[in-house]
Amino acid sequence: MSSPARTILRTESKLFLREPGSMFWIMAFPTLLVVILGSIPSFRDPSKDLDGARVIDLYVPISILLSAIMASIQSMPGVMAGYREQRVLRRVATTPARPIDLLAAQYVLHGAAVVVSAILVLLVGRVAFDVKSPGSAGAYVLVLALALAACLAIGGVIGGVSPTARISTAIGTLVFFPMMFTAGLWAPVQTMPHGLRTVVELTPGGAAARGLDQAALGHWPSAHFLLVLVVWTVVAAGAAARYFRWE
Amino acid sequence: MSIIQIRGLRMTYGTKVAVDGLDLEVAEGEILGILGPNGAGKTTTVECIAGLRRPGEGSVQVAGLDPYVDRTAITRLMGVQLQQAGLQAKLTVREALELYASFHDDPRDGLELAERLGLSGSIDVRYAKLSGGQQQRLAIALALIGRPRIALLDELSTGLDPRSRRDVWGLVEEAREAGATVILVTHLMEEAHRLCDRLALIDHGRITAIDTPEGLVARSAAPTIMAFTPSEPVDTSVLWDLTGVTDVRRHGDRIELAGDDDSVTAALGWLARHDVRAGRLRVTESTLDDAYLDLTGEPVLTEEN
Repeated sequence: MSSPARTILRTESKLFLREPGSMFWIMAFPTLLVVILGSIPSFRDPSKDLDGARVIDLYVPISILLSAIMASIQSMPGVMAGYREQRVLRRVATTPARPIDLLAAQYVLHGAAVVVSAILVLLVGRVAFDVKSPGSAGAYVLVLALALAACLAIGGVIGGVSPTARISTAIGTLVFFPMMFTAGLWAPVQTMPHGLRTVVELTPGGAAARGLDQAALGHWPSAHFLLVLVVWTVVAAGAAARYFRWE
Repeated sequence: MSIIQIRGLRMTYGTKVAVDGLDLEVAEGEILGILGPNGAGKTTTVECIAGLRRPGEGSVQVAGLDPYVDRTAITRLMGVQLQQAGLQAKLTVREALELYASFHDDPRDGLELAERLGLSGSIDVRYAKLSGGQQQRLAIALALIGRPRIALLDELSTGLDPRSRRDVWGLVEEAREAGATVILVTHLMEEAHRLCDRLALIDHGRITAIDTPEGLVARSAAPTIMAFTPSEPVDTSVLWDLTGVTDVRRHGDRIELAGDDDSVTAALGWLARHDVRAGRLRVTESTLDDAYLDLTGEPVLTEEN
């Protein structure tokens, strides 16, 4: 990595830590959600409707996806659009540093925050509520990485085409709710009626939730879910690169 | 040897022609001022030199490079202060200076630059909390921090108080002494006169005049102004006929006559022949302001608009 890219990353991480709102929603809230749901006694009992799983078991992956979606859809696009709107990219374009380094730093930092959040959620789930560690750890990490890539790529499109930070927040909020719904925040994907489930499993949230669930139970996730995540990532990343507005 | 060569530059935005066949050469080590009314194409020209825009037609060469194509090489040579460019809202002055210093191989001391520009007291203040003038001074510090061989400064002193203006001028003069070439877009005639070796007047996307500040003043239609209070009433229409006179005005009992050096001699001769004494006689050189007005037919903006 060239030296300007490195100092940009260092500077941007300082700035990232100065956003208490983003920090809370990405890193603290998902764990808080696990704690709140885990405090409800019936959610800690095996449920017949969930094939003997407990509600809290299902909400551990959902909380991790919540973190990924918060970071990618709610937080990152605003930073990107703001840097365009405030002409930060433009000033950097006149120096030996490259404006794309500023954007790359956002992907890296938001991705890293999600990883931290995921570790917190898994730890708290394991220690406080006896949620079993993923049966197939490698598969779990793979699905998580693909889900994160898909979310960040979609966020990149929103940040790339929104002319202002305000508009990117509006679009982000619009995209946020369907993504959280399909990830199963309101009703886990497994509990959805068959027709709806088939559609939801084609979305990044739905495919990720199902894939994580399978990996948690120690299975290798269906190729179908992995493919859905890869396609979303490739298409969104392509669109972000193609339609990004520098000015 | 020209370090910047622009030939036949033409830039259009939709149907609006921003730059219309502009030619310009800038010699290494000179300070060139660019003057002109708003919307004349000054900023677009600067952005083409900085390589931020691809020339529609014509060519731009900077130190033998195409600034739009050879981005990496150009950014190492150039320090640019743009009219519209921001920084991260929560970045402090100190962090901004450190960040931009890290982009260059042999940067200046950021703290010293801050001190010179009166930013020491706000060194840990975040960008969004700085006043407009402080943001402007920081922008200048960031443009000069890499010891650029070419400095492009678009509206250098807009929004600065007279004291900061002088601090900034000092830095620009110092950069020139260190061998830098400076291009300065300005609305301030005092700044243009004090700093620039040559001035280019841009209007409607073309260069309408390019000369030393003194040369431009001499080119104006009426380089000399003569004012006096006649001892007896004078028919001003007679004065109009004197050689070189371009304007005659009456302010109360005073007469103001615009013309050249010969007009002054002629007027004094005429007054002597008619036994009129010229009381409180003042002969002044017309200023760059007058020349600018004359050459563009636009009002001079002495403050930020």
